[in-house]
Amino acid sequence: MQREEIVAMPESNNTPSDQQITGNGGHLLEVSDLHVEFRTSGGVVKAVNGVNYILDEGETLAILGESGSGKSVGVEAVMGIVESPPGFVTAGSVKFRGTELRGMEEDQLCKIRGHNIAMIFQEAQATLDPGFTVGHQISEMLRLHRGLSKEEATKKSVELMDRVQIPFAVERANDYPHQFSGGMCQRVMIAMALALDPDVLIADEPTTALDVTIQAQVMQLLSELQTETGMGIILITHDMSVIADVADRVVVMYAGRVVETGSIHQIFDQPAHPYTVGLMNCVPRLDRKEDNLNIIPGSPPNPINLPAGCAFHPRCSLARERCLSETPVSAEVGPYHQSACHFFEEVLVGH
Amino acid sequence: MNNTGSQDFGESVEGRPSKISWLRYLRGLFSDTTTAFAIIFLVLIFISTVAAEVVAPYDPIKTNLRMRNMPPLTPAVEDGSFPHVLGTDPLGRDILSRLIYGARVSLLVGLSSALVSGTLGTILGLLAGYYRGIVDDLIMRLVDFQMGFPFLLLALLVLLALGPGFWSVIFVLAIVRWMVYARQARGMTLAYRETPFIDAARVLGCSDARIIFRHLLPNMASPLLILGTLEVAGLILGEAALSFLGFGLQPPSASWGLMISGGRQYLSSAWWLATIPGFAIFFTALSLNMLASSLRSITDPLHRERWLMKGSD
Amino acid sequence: MTIFIIRRILQAAVVTLITLSVVFVVGRVVGDPVRIVIGIEAEETRVQEVRDQLGLNDPLTVQYWRFMTGALRGEMGTSFWTRTPTMPMVLERLPATIYLGVVTALLAFPLAILLGATAALKPHSWADRLINVTALGGVSIVEFWLALMLILVVAVQIGWFKTSGYGGAEYVILPALTLAYKPIGRISQMARSAIIDELRKPYIKAARAKGLSEQQVVFTHALKNAAIPIITTTGDEVATILNGAMVVETVFGWPGVGLLTINALSRRDLPLVEATVFVVTGMIIMTNMLLDVAYTYLNPRIRFQ
Repeated sequence: MQREEIVAMPESNNTPSDQQITGNGGHLLEVSDLHVEFRTSGGVVKAVNGVNYILDEGETLAILGESGSGKSVGVEAVMGIVESPPGFVTAGSVKFRGTELRGMEEDQLCKIRGHNIAMIFQEAQATLDPGFTVGHQISEMLRLHRGLSKEEATKKSVELMDRVQIPFAVERANDYPHQFSGGMCQRVMIAMALALDPDVLIADEPTTALDVTIQAQVMQLLSELQTETGMGIILITHDMSVIADVADRVVVMYAGRVVETGSIHQIFDQPAHPYTVGLMNCVPRLDRKEDNLNIIPGSPPNPINLPAGCAFHPRCSLARERCLSETPVSAEVGPYHQSACHFFEEVLVGH
Repeated sequence: MNNTGSQDFGESVEGRPSKISWLRYLRGLFSDTTTAFAIIFLVLIFISTVAAEVVAPYDPIKTNLRMRNMPPLTPAVEDGSFPHVLGTDPLGRDILSRLIYGARVSLLVGLSSALVSGTLGTILGLLAGYYRGIVDDLIMRLVDFQMGFPFLLLALLVLLALGPGFWSVIFVLAIVRWMVYARQARGMTLAYRETPFIDAARVLGCSDARIIFRHLLPNMASPLLILGTLEVAGLILGEAALSFLGFGLQPPSASWGLMISGGRQYLSSAWWLATIPGFAIFFTALSLNMLASSLRSITDPLHRERWLMKGSD
Repeated sequence: MTIFIIRRILQAAVVTLITLSVVFVVGRVVGDPVRIVIGIEAEETRVQEVRDQLGLNDPLTVQYWRFMTGALRGEMGTSFWTRTPTMPMVLERLPATIYLGVVTALLAFPLAILLGATAALKPHSWADRLINVTALGGVSIVEFWLALMLILVVAVQIGWFKTSGYGGAEYVILPALTLAYKPIGRISQMARSAIIDELRKPYIKAARAKGLSEQQVVFTHALKNAAIPIITTTGDEVATILNGAMVVETVFGWPGVGLLTINALSRRDLPLVEATVFVVTGMIIMTNMLLDVAYTYLNPRIRFQ
């Protein structure tokens, strides 16, 4: 199988000063050719099929895709928390600051998880342990990784809760998750994730379950924290408005593969893959009057039975014979802009 | 958030979800060696229950005082006759034959009481879950009360009033275990009650009875049957205990429990009298429990994948 | 929380009263106890005399009232068999049963939870299947048969422990082992499935992402939340232990309440039966209440209502 090319150093537009810090060429996180599959009695589910992306300091990388595109499984593989069995990481490499994480001993990985790479999840209330107080769960991080005493950890937890703007932090630290609203729970998760000043924060659809106004608040908070700490954020979402707001670079995923990578401007103004174009068209616009909502015809493929060649071809208006047999390789469209489509030039022209 | 398994990857290209057929259930069950053995054993027991007259080498009540307490594998008195594979009891009766006829008794008692308590419990649970309110309160209080009460004690008390014997035992076992079915049925009724399809049925004007029988009951059949299988195992054990203590079936019936009790005083001299019937009970109950446990794994989509895949890694 | 405890105590009291009433009813239904006492062939007049003496010819409501007030005072009548008051007889045997029960519980509960957790950590491994089969075996065995087998193998052949009578470790170990087998089976199964169910929940994935080792995830987070159904099952098992105690005490000749109950039932000694049932149910009610309180404490959602 042909290796897709690794995306080169991105041009960050948010924090130019941090750009110089990584001047030695090292990336924060480097994912290459990642493959994850799930072995079930109905067949092998190919969830992730050769994914590459890179994250640098101070940068927000958005992973955009539908349900089932493999975006969540991919980052779980980065953290090493794919449920195995039935899931298996069958190929690829994950490098954190140059150190290979795949194949690392479990206890080493445990030190990195939560500490250097932290993760927050979609339904915050469900992802907090219902049996322990919020304060206890935050201080657990501190006691575990930094060896703080109970009192010190509790103090720091309250500080963290303050930092994420949870009112009455001192009292609320003794409350249980079910006593918080969704937005507040998400803040708690953020506090937990940030407790040890991680270098990378992976946010898996953090705002999908929240109201729009709360969503804005949470994203604003993340943005501020990123400016303070210079951490890299991987934001997984299917919501384009969120991406437009905060992302620096975007990775578009379909059927477990990366179909397009680029900066936020490139993706929005010059999409070079039919799927990306389709996604852009799906967003209703206020400035144009249209009779129908646009959709991408068809449905996502069954990962047990992926189509040969380009996985998108059954739904693509530009599909040709070559697309049915040959899997497209990522080709360079422009500076740090890549697309995995045989006919990306036509896509660019058509848009 | 997509996770494991094929469920949340949307429809297949053909647009049809896969269906698990009964054949697949059976194949799945047999794929596990222990479950397969359990099923085979149960079939054997069932055959011996039905065809006891044909299968048993001896008449279970015919005594032969010359052959008292013979150990297993004793050759028969008359040449050419079937040997006493499992020995004889204090009255010279062949143990294997008594075991086979005993299977009939135990299974009969187990199945009948399970049927009665299952029906009773399901109906009460359904009513409690469907109508809620006072009906629910009353029934659940009764359930909680009886659940906490040692069933043996209750059974013995009732037997005291009724007197021992076959029908008393069935009656007693039936009224002692209806609560587990009631709880299960109520739980499922409560869950289904809130589903859209029940609401739709109501809006369409279906009567309560129709909703209960046509819509709720078929969905609950599976778990209740599995519960029933488990219960039969427990009831066989229960009957054995009652007979052992002298309150259940009476001699000369060949109940497994009675056989064990009869062998108690000969424990050091004729160990097989008490040991063998116990093994019979053990293997029967074990097979039933295993079958129920595997059935549960296979019919529950959440557990099914894991259970089926366990052999292959 | 205190309101909850008070409510539970009141509930327990109500249940006790109901139980007593049921016992009363059963006692009257069982049949004429008088003939048992003075012989089947006794003359009718004599029978009536004794019935008057025992107060059995009074209207039912009077009998009921007398029964209930007596019971609450701790007087449950006189045994037909020994002609002594029944409650002291029962209470005298109570410590033996409690002793046996406690030893059994100490044997069973920690072991069961440990087995269940181990099985849950590695589902479908050989350890899990071994534990599963053992658990299934536990619920498939009849206690009295197990008792007899243990006696046969351990005591008669090897001669290690004592097979009957009351005393210290060597007397109690066989009965306790026999009694413990079933609860170990059930509780370990329940623990295993409860923990596995917890491990499926989203917060477990998040806990792993925090850098907790698998051990910590299972034993700190999953176990605490799984404790709720486990405790419920443990509560049910108290009834099982008492159930089994009746049989086990009989086989091993252990002088506890169970053996007394069986004797009372065989002799149709009604007052004694009433007394034993009262004490047994009392024990169950109290244990359930304690467990309920523990359960409420562990489940924060209920605690803060």
